[in-house]
Amino acid sequence: MSEIFGIPVAVILGQLTLGLVNGAFYAMLSLGLAVIFGLMGVVNFAHGAFYTLGAFAALLGMQWFGINYWAALVLAPLVVGALGIVTERLLLRHLYRLDPVYGLLLTFGMALVIEGTLREIFGASGQSYPVPSALRGALNIGFMILPVYRAWVILASVTVCGVTWFLIERTRLGSTLRAATENSQLLQAFGVNVPLIVSLTYGGGIALAALAGVLAAPVVLVTPLMGSTLVTVVFAVVVIGGMGSILGSVISGLALGVIEGFTKVVYPEASNVIVFLIMAIVLIVRPAGLFGRE
Amino acid sequence: MRPAMIFYIVICAFALAVPLIGIYPIFMMKLLCFAMFACAYNLLLGFSGMLSFGHAAFFGAAGYATAWLITARGWGTVPAIGAGVAVAAILGWVIGAIAIRRRGIYLAMVTLALAQLVYFVCLEAPFTGGENGLQGVARGSFLGLFSLRSDIVMYYVVLAAFVAQFLLIRRIVQSPYGQVLKAIRDNESRALSLGYDINRYKLLAFVLSATLAGFAGSLKGLVLGFITLSDVQQSNSGEVILMTLLGGSGTFFGPVIGAALVVTLQEYLSDIVGGWVGVIIGAIFVACVLAFRRGVVGELSALRLRRWWGQAPAA
Repeated sequence: MSEIFGIPVAVILGQLTLGLVNGAFYAMLSLGLAVIFGLMGVVNFAHGAFYTLGAFAALLGMQWFGINYWAALVLAPLVVGALGIVTERLLLRHLYRLDPVYGLLLTFGMALVIEGTLREIFGASGQSYPVPSALRGALNIGFMILPVYRAWVILASVTVCGVTWFLIERTRLGSTLRAATENSQLLQAFGVNVPLIVSLTYGGGIALAALAGVLAAPVVLVTPLMGSTLVTVVFAVVVIGGMGSILGSVISGLALGVIEGFTKVVYPEASNVIVFLIMAIVLIVRPAGLFGRE
Repeated sequence: MRPAMIFYIVICAFALAVPLIGIYPIFMMKLLCFAMFACAYNLLLGFSGMLSFGHAAFFGAAGYATAWLITARGWGTVPAIGAGVAVAAILGWVIGAIAIRRRGIYLAMVTLALAQLVYFVCLEAPFTGGENGLQGVARGSFLGLFSLRSDIVMYYVVLAAFVAQFLLIRRIVQSPYGQVLKAIRDNESRALSLGYDINRYKLLAFVLSATLAGFAGSLKGLVLGFITLSDVQQSNSGEVILMTLLGGSGTFFGPVIGAALVVTLQEYLSDIVGGWVGVIIGAIFVACVLAFRRGVVGELSALRLRRWWGQAPAA
């Protein structure tokens, strides 16, 4: 059995693996969105812009200060996450008592500012970020030649998602966070500094987006608009998975990446829209999303 | 005479005199098209309480349909506009039927994603001209009665269309149907408990808004003679939200003021600051959401300066 529907199995498996790489980015971004939404009720439209900022932080860190990839993996999320905390304190904080759509609109405006500024300073055309020397080369995994870096992306992202899940579901910090999600007023009455938790959570979600940006920098062209196209897909992923669920967002992120990869083999014209089509179908069949509660 | 009447008379006199006082007619027509777009959007956001993030899809799809029928099929101007509007209505029905299954922010995300789907179709379909869009859309004539080539004639046609659409939206909102829409906006569960089939009302509002947005898009393609991907893009959906919010969502004349502000800013600032105008638009967006949620008209009526512009603000 070397062909399915006249397509070599090796080609299919190859595209599925590449799809898994994209899915890894979807998973990390939708995880951050889910955490932020769960606690703050804010749909962070600027998520894609912060992902872009993460990639730019890595790129500029290398060009200006000679910071290497491994240091950037730590520093870029810290710097961008701190910026996220600043925006939460200065801007988002004022909207919590209002309809959640205002949070969406505010972060949309933020995304326009961030992406527009990057575009005007660095131009719309992209720059490439070199693959770190330790992760160059390729693995022969039987059915395809897999670049080591792509394998690293999948590994890193699954690890990060796993660690985040563990932090939220199995630690003291996580239980405080979940308590704040359930009933922040009561938690505050117990003497917990809820506004601080909110700031740190937003910063943490943003740091995840920035980390995804650094991971993506060597495989995609670093452009000011790299996040704006991605964020729409990630929104669809989140709608498919259901907003409330952390595990759901990770699973649907990875799964949709794979499905997208499969579509590239079977019917390439539809690969850009397949996620949106699936979203439409899910909404018709199960409006709350696959893992969500109404 | 009520102050509102005086206000509208002054505005009408200004609009009629535009070609005489030397304002560039193309600019005014573009402004009017976006004002129509914002008014159509306001029917949904302001009067039905649904935040769509995908209205560029209706605006752009209708524009593409009209432009394609004129350039590739040689249709007359008026039938081509009618067909464009019909495309927007059908698209509005499909997207609306899916989107109203969710509420609030979810509805926003769903419309955004479905509009992105329309964008990709416009990018990749064989008849839309890809990255270039459709160029050289001839204005033709109005049902063979008079030619629309002159900017002055075209301006008065667009003005008439704008007035007709404005009055239609006013009529819709003030009708019993509009009252139910506002009731659903303010308290959906109560409207439901009173026996209204809220999904039907919401879907009709969505279709009406999409149809009128399509009318604006068709006209815009005709006025400028081209339609491009930027008309179906997410940023266009964002701009119409900004126009509505900035002018005053849920007020009749607010979206017109918002559209005038945004289009004028884009037109004149881009000469001075170039691409930074996008950043400025984003900053206005942020400022508007933080401090100016009722918009120009909403703030004015909230200040009780005078209750000129009709409805009290919603937000």
